[in-house]
Formats: sequence, C-alpha cells, structure tokens
Amino acid sequence: MIELYPFIIEAIQIVIVLLFAPLFVGWVRMLKCWFQGRTSAGLFQPYRGILKLFHKDVILAENASWLFRFTPYLVFGVTVLAGGIIPIISLTLPFATVADVIAIVALFAIVRFFTALAGMDIGTAFGGMGSSREMMIGSLAEPAMLMAIFTVSLISQTTSLSNMADVVIHKEFILRPSMAFALLAFVLISLAETGRIPVDNPATHLELTMIHEAMILEYSGRHLALIEWAGMIKLFLFTTIGIASFFPWGISTSVNLINISAGIIFLILKMGFLGIGLILIETGLAKMRIFRVPEFLGSAFLLSTLGMLSYFILE
Amino acid sequence: MSINLAAQVNSIMAALILLTSFGLLVQRRMYGLLHLFAWQGLFLSISTAIVGYVSGSHHLYISSILTLALKVILIPYILHFLMKQLHIHKEVEQLVNVPTIMLIGIALVIFSYYLTAPIRELSTLVTRSTLAVALATVMLGLLMMITRRHAVTQIIGFLALENGLFFAATSATYGMPLVVELGVALDILIAAFIFGIFFFQIRTTFDSLDVEQMTKLKEED
Amino acid sequence: MTLLILLSVSFISAVVLAFVGDRKFAPEINILGSAATFAAGVGLAIEVYMHGPMVAGNKFFFVDAFNVYLAVLTSFVSMTTAVFSRRYMRWEREHGRVGHWGMRFYHAMFQLFIFAMLLALLTNNVGVLWIAMELATLSTVLLVSLYRTPTAIEAAWKYFILCGVGIALALFGTVLLYFAAEKVLGEGGEALLWTNLSQVSDKLEPTVLSLAFVFLMVGYGTKVGLAPLHNWLPDAHSEGPTPISAVLSGLLLNIALYALVRCKVLVDGATGTHQAGYIMMGFGLLSILVAAFSLLRQKDIKRMFAYSSIEHMGIATFAFGLGGQIATFGALLHMLVHSLTKSSIFFTAGHASQMHRTQEMDKIKGLLKGNPLVGWGLMFGVMAIVGMPPFGVFVSEFLILTATMKDAPLLTPLLLIGIGVAFAALFRRVQPMVAGLIPANQHPLKAAHIPVILHLVLVLIIGLYMPDFLSQWFHTAVELLK
Repeated sequence: MIELYPFIIEAIQIVIVLLFAPLFVGWVRMLKCWFQGRTSAGLFQPYRGILKLFHKDVILAENASWLFRFTPYLVFGVTVLAGGIIPIISLTLPFATVADVIAIVALFAIVRFFTALAGMDIGTAFGGMGSSREMMIGSLAEPAMLMAIFTVSLISQTTSLSNMADVVIHKEFILRPSMAFALLAFVLISLAETGRIPVDNPATHLELTMIHEAMILEYSGRHLALIEWAGMIKLFLFTTIGIASFFPWGISTSVNLINISAGIIFLILKMGFLGIGLILIETGLAKMRIFRVPEFLGSAFLLSTLGMLSYFILE
Repeated sequence: MSINLAAQVNSIMAALILLTSFGLLVQRRMYGLLHLFAWQGLFLSISTAIVGYVSGSHHLYISSILTLALKVILIPYILHFLMKQLHIHKEVEQLVNVPTIMLIGIALVIFSYYLTAPIRELSTLVTRSTLAVALATVMLGLLMMITRRHAVTQIIGFLALENGLFFAATSATYGMPLVVELGVALDILIAAFIFGIFFFQIRTTFDSLDVEQMTKLKEED
Repeated sequence: MTLLILLSVSFISAVVLAFVGDRKFAPEINILGSAATFAAGVGLAIEVYMHGPMVAGNKFFFVDAFNVYLAVLTSFVSMTTAVFSRRYMRWEREHGRVGHWGMRFYHAMFQLFIFAMLLALLTNNVGVLWIAMELATLSTVLLVSLYRTPTAIEAAWKYFILCGVGIALALFGTVLLYFAAEKVLGEGGEALLWTNLSQVSDKLEPTVLSLAFVFLMVGYGTKVGLAPLHNWLPDAHSEGPTPISAVLSGLLLNIALYALVRCKVLVDGATGTHQAGYIMMGFGLLSILVAAFSLLRQKDIKRMFAYSSIEHMGIATFAFGLGGQIATFGALLHMLVHSLTKSSIFFTAGHASQMHRTQEMDKIKGLLKGNPLVGWGLMFGVMAIVGMPPFGVFVSEFLILTATMKDAPLLTPLLLIGIGVAFAALFRRVQPMVAGLIPANQHPLKAAHIPVILHLVLVLIIGLYMPDFLSQWFHTAVELLK
C-alpha cells in the first residue's frame, strides 16, 4: 500500500473542493430541472459560467473603494481555507489540527462580514438592503449553528471536526435523539446559510425577495466569478460538514491511497444523495416571506437546544 | 430486539413526543395541529408498546392499543368531524411572540428535568430518563392552553397534556394498574364528547370559537 | 351489600332518568333515588359504627369513619337538594329557561354526579379516586352551561379547562405516588390501594412523595377552590342552576378536600415532617384572605356565597394542615356544618333570585315580607355561615381558632381578620335584601321549605349539642388522620 504524506492529502482535498463544488451545484441544478420537467443545461454548466465570467471585463462603480475590490479575493480565499479544515476525504488533515469547528463558523462569519460591507460600499439601495438582511439571518443562524455543533461535540467530547467524525465512526452505533435534533437543526441552518429555498432563492434576482444576490449585484467579471465560485464552495462545505458530523462513515481514517480513493467515491455517492434530498426540500417548499425567516431560524435554534437538552435528559 | 436497543428506540420516541409538543405550541393551522396531535399519540402508543416489551408487563400492550384507538384514531376523527361541521378546518390562528413562547418552552423543559432529577436517581427502570420528557409534555400542554385563544386549540393542548400524563405513567412505573388506565381512558372519551358539545354551544352563542370573547365574568369594581 | 346498593341506586337512577328525565314524575324519581341512596348510606354508617372499618369487593372498596361520615353527608344533602330542585326546576321550566332535553340531562347528570362523588369517597384505590373526581367534574360541566347564556357557557368553559388541568396535575401526583408505592408493595393494582399504602407509608420514599404532594395539592386544590386556583368556582356557582351550585359547594368541594387529606396522611407518614401541613396551611390561609376581601366587592348573590365557600374551604384546609386533635376535629365538623349551611343558603338564594328575576343583590329586597320562609331562611343561613352562636359553624370555627392559638399563635390574627371581614361583608349585604318593603319587581313564589328548615335545624342542633355518636365518630376519624 502506498502511504501518502498528509500534506499531499490536504492538497488533493483542496483540489477536490475547488473542482467538486461547481459539479455539486451542477448536479443540484440538473436535478431541479428534471423535477420541474425542464431540460437541464448539463452537469458542467457551472464551470462554463465561471469560465465565461473570468473572460469578461470588470466594470467598477466610480465610488468603489479598495474594500469592494479586495472582498472577492478574501471571500474566495477564506472559503477555500475552510475547505482545508473540514475532513472531506480523510480525517488526517494537517489543517484540521489547528482549527476546530468554531473556527470554521468564524471563517464563514468573516466571509459574511466582508460581503455585507462590499454590498454597502457602492451605496446602492439593493446592496444595503441585501446586507442588512444577510446580517439579520447571520445573527440568528450562527448561534443556532453553534448550538447544533456543540450538541455533536458533547457526544464526542471534542470540538475538532476530525475527532468528532472519528468518534462517530469508531464508537458503537447508538440511536441518539440529540443527534437527530442536531441534524434537523443543521439542515435548517444550512438552507439559510447557503441561501436556498425557503429562505432565499439562488435562481432569481427579484428585488423584493433576494438576499445574497442583492449584495453582489454590483460585481462583474472575475470578481463575480470568484464570489459565485466561493458561494458554490460554501454550499459544498456545508454539505460536507453535515457529512462529517452526522454520516462520517467512509471518510478515510488512515493515510493510504486505497482508503483515500474509497473516501472520494463515498463522498461522490453521499453528495449525490444529499443533492436529491436538497432538491426534494426545495421543490416541496415555497419561499417564505422575509419576516418569517426569524421564526424559521428560531425553530432551528429550538431544535438544536432540544438536541442539547435531550443529550442530558435522555442519554 | 435487545433491551438496550429498545431503550434507545424509546428515547427516540420520547424525543419525537417532545418535538411534537413544541410543534403544537407554534402550529397555527388547525389541520396541522390535528396531525401533530395524532402523530404524538402514535409515538406514545409505540413507546408504550416498547416499554411493554421491555418490562414484559402485558397490560401495557392493552394500553398501547387503547392509546392508538383513542388518541390516534377516535379523538382526531371526532375533532376532524367537528372542525368540518364548524367550518374551521382551514382557520389560521393568530399567534404572537413565537420566539418568546419557544424560549419559555425550553425553560419548562429544563425545569422538568430539574424537578424529576431526584426520581431519576431513585429509579432502576430503563425508561427512567423519559420521565423528564413526560413532565415537559405536561408543562408544554399547559403553556399551550395558556397562550392560545381558540377553543379547539385549548382542547388539543389539554389532550396533549393528557398524553404527557400517560407517558409519565409508562416511563416512571411501567404503567398504572390496568383498572386505572381504563378509567382514565374512559374519562378522556367522555371529555371528548363534552368538548364536542361545548364547541357547538360556544359557536352558537358567540358566533366564533375564540375564547377571547369570554371575558364577561370577572370582578367588577 | 349495603355498599353496593348505595352506589348502584344512584347509577341506576341516572340511567333511568336519562330516558324519562323530562316527564312529570321525573323529580319524584330523582327524590326517590336520592332517598334510597341516603337510606343505604345510613345503613352503611350503622354497619361501620357497629363493626368498625370494613374492606369489601375484592379490596376495591374501603369504608372507615372518615369517609362514611362524608358519604352520609353527601347522600343526605343530595336528597334534600333533590327535594329542593323539584320546585326550583319546575319554575325554571315553566319560565322557559330549560327545555325537555335540558330537564332530562339535568336529572341524569345530577344522579351521575352523586354516583361519582360516592365512588370517590368509598373506593380504596387512589387511582380510582382520581377517576371518580374527574367523572364528577365532567358530569357537572354541562350542567353549569345548562341555561346556554353567554356567561353560563363562559363559566362552564372555565370550569372545564381549569378543573381539567388541575385534575390532570393530580394524576401526575398519583403517578408519582404509585412510583413510590411500587417500590415497597410491588407492581400491580395492590400498590394503589389505600389500605396497603397507609400501612407502609413510613417506608415510602420521602422525596418522591413530597414532589407528588405538590402536584396533588395543586390538582385537588383546584377542585377544592383554594386560592390562587379558585377562579372557576365563583363563575360556575353563579351561572349554573341553583341546585347544582348547592351540591357543588356543599359536596364536591368536600370530596376534593377529602382526597387531599387522604394524600396528606400518606405524605406525612413518609416524610415524618410537617411539610405537607405547612403547604396546606399556606393555601388555606391565602384562600381565606382572598375570599374575604373578594366578598366585599360582590354584587351577584350566588357569586357572593361562592366566595364564602372558598373562605370556608380555606378554613377547613388550614385546620387539616394545622393537624392535631382539636384542629382536625374542628375541620371535620366544619366540613359538615358548612356543607349543610351553605346548601340551605343556596336554596334560599335561588328562590330569592327567582322571585326577583335577577341575581343582582341591589334589586333583591323585602324578602321577609314577600316570602317569610325565604327571608328568614336566608337570614338565619347567613347568621350561621358567618359563625354566630349558637349555630354549628361557630363551634367548629371556635375549635379551629383555639387550636391555632395554641399551635400557631402568630397566624391567629390573619385567620381572625379573614373571618371578620367575611362576617362584615356578608352581613352588610344580607340585611338590605331581607328587610324593607316588597319592591315592584318581586313576584310571589312557592318555595321548597323542607330542605331549608331541615338543614338549618340540623346546624342549630349541632351547635347546641353534639350528639354522642357524632362526636365519637369524629374522634375515630381524628385518630385515623393522625
């Protein structure tokens, strides 16, 4: 068996994050087309979209500051960094030992913060509106997210995602109500965080309802390409966080090539199924009014708190 | 099925019962409430059967079937019938301050846990940990009755509270003696008929089932 | 055997009256059924008096001095109420307040209510006690809303919801009690039998029982009408038909208190402290004060006397909580005399409001001239209930006050304030009602006089001279409750 250096695994993983994220989005869009009886643009359309944007010129508003130009690179960089921490194909990641799940949440908070600032930078109405909505959602989603993650870390007694996944893989399987609650909460939060229906609709630019799209309305060219790519990676990463904390079986625990390849195959399979799940949710629900979102996230918070309580009460 | 697995399934059921309780607390639609209530009854019935299996006390199977017949089929059916008759099955209740209600609910769960902690210490049953959930269900039913203003919703809250009591009986003691369980079921059945009559009385007298209108009787100064 | 007759007569009457309750002879059947129940009750009492406590029906029933005295009282008051309701309900029907179905329903539920109360008293099973209490609530809920007025329905709804919730909490307490008992007595029905529980009460887990008692106290306390859970009581009493107010006030509250006291005995045995007693004293005292000050603000005649019931149940609860020979004796006596007096007051108040077509006290006047029986009955009834000598209430309150001065002297002023304020409030109101000329809105009425006279004479006799068998009885009951 061929042993691999952890840094090589890390490099493979980052490449996977970069490449698979558009693929996952393509898969989700394709499924959505099928579910709605439309012909899809193919699995690779997101790549083409990104490529096209890279070829286009950047048009900047006159009053755009350095912040506006700086944000796309920062957003992209930070998101990819988060992708290096999450155990996606292997648990033995050099990055994973230095940052735990709280750091991941913080990284996403940085992304949100700068995107919101950039949204307000130009001074258009939509940008500001999008930013304020995004911050509202963020302020409600982050505590819920942390609660859900803490519930899982209570069980494994660690906050490092790799160790959490390790505990779940190796311990005897027990039906845990707390895990079920945390999973439910996590699904709700992920929908909100990645801007999916019922909180936000990634496919429209309808001014009254858009949130994420409103913030990045002024971007163009390679800036937009980076931000869109980062958005795709974010969706991919939330899915992998879910996999790592709730269904980690299949993620490689050793450093040899066979296990890593098996890990990649498992990843593709799981992502395929989760894409179907996501589309089932998206086609089953209607987008809710923005004023309902606090309630939606409130119930996510409730669920994660119940998860934590039921760890103490029932287990 | 091993005892351990049964206990795990039972705690999952407990969790689901707790979840449905919270669902009832914040659900606005009448039909949604009815469905949630029926689900809660189903989880309760499954849980009772599991506890019956674990403990080997066969009278629990009877009370499980009783729960199924009464709480999952008969009472939801009666309520459904009443809602149809009273044309309120599509009604949506106004609910304010959902987050606050949820927070109070969470506080009540913690309080129940604290309250039942000494009993948990004393008990040796595998189901002992679900007692806190049972008490929480009772408390949440109470909270629902306090926060809601619709007669039907209050009754569903009352029935959910009763579910919590049944659950408490099975989880703390492997069920009350059969004679008591049967009597309680009979009382609930009578209560179901009585509130059925009540709905019609309230409706014909007040033109709606909003109990907010019932504020005539108070101490005048 | 007597026991079976006692229970079955009311149940059979309920079934029969469900079919013929609207006929002309229905009230007579109602009276007959209640009288037979009373006769059986007396028979049972004599049996217990001669042979001591007995257990019957495969340990399902248990009769001792405490509950047989309440059973006799229940059957007696229900009999006199049935007599009263003959005239009262006929008038209501003639004036179109109740229809055919209403009458049927009323008669059937009246008997079912009595059956439920007797079952609650005589059962040996703490679980069945709960079931019977719930049945008693359910059977009276729709009687409270009998007139279908908005206020009546509101009152009934409140009664249903509040008592339903209260009694549900009592069930939780019962579950906890069973939990503790099961450890000592083993699983199955045996563990809920009062006869078994009382023998092993010192072995029951004290922490569980004190928790259970909190739930039982809140649960059954709601039914007793203890503040702050008393909200349903004035409404239900003022809006329901008067015979129902009379039995609710005179009997149901007693039964709920009975359930509470039974549980207290167990808890005391387990904890070995006076903790349960203190809780009861607290609730009792609060009820006395809340009711006394609410009395001052009343305008509705039946509502006022409902508050007076809360006050008196508070006194009895306080006395049971205080414990000790004299206080318990006083509490038992108080339950008896309050029940007799209060139901007779409701009889006269009901007739008074029929005469004036209103329950507002400002519009009720000149009762002494208009109908001497109603006027004097109300007058003497109120004199008795506020604790004037030589009526029985004076004796029981005096005993309770004496015991309080001995065991909890600091609480005596509070108790006295409560009783004093209630005295003033009731007397201030009753005097204008009975005195004066006949007002224009008064109509003559044929009143049912036997029940009123009978009750008041009994209260007077108990006040002047306590029959030997009664005091002996109370002494046995006091021993049981130690």
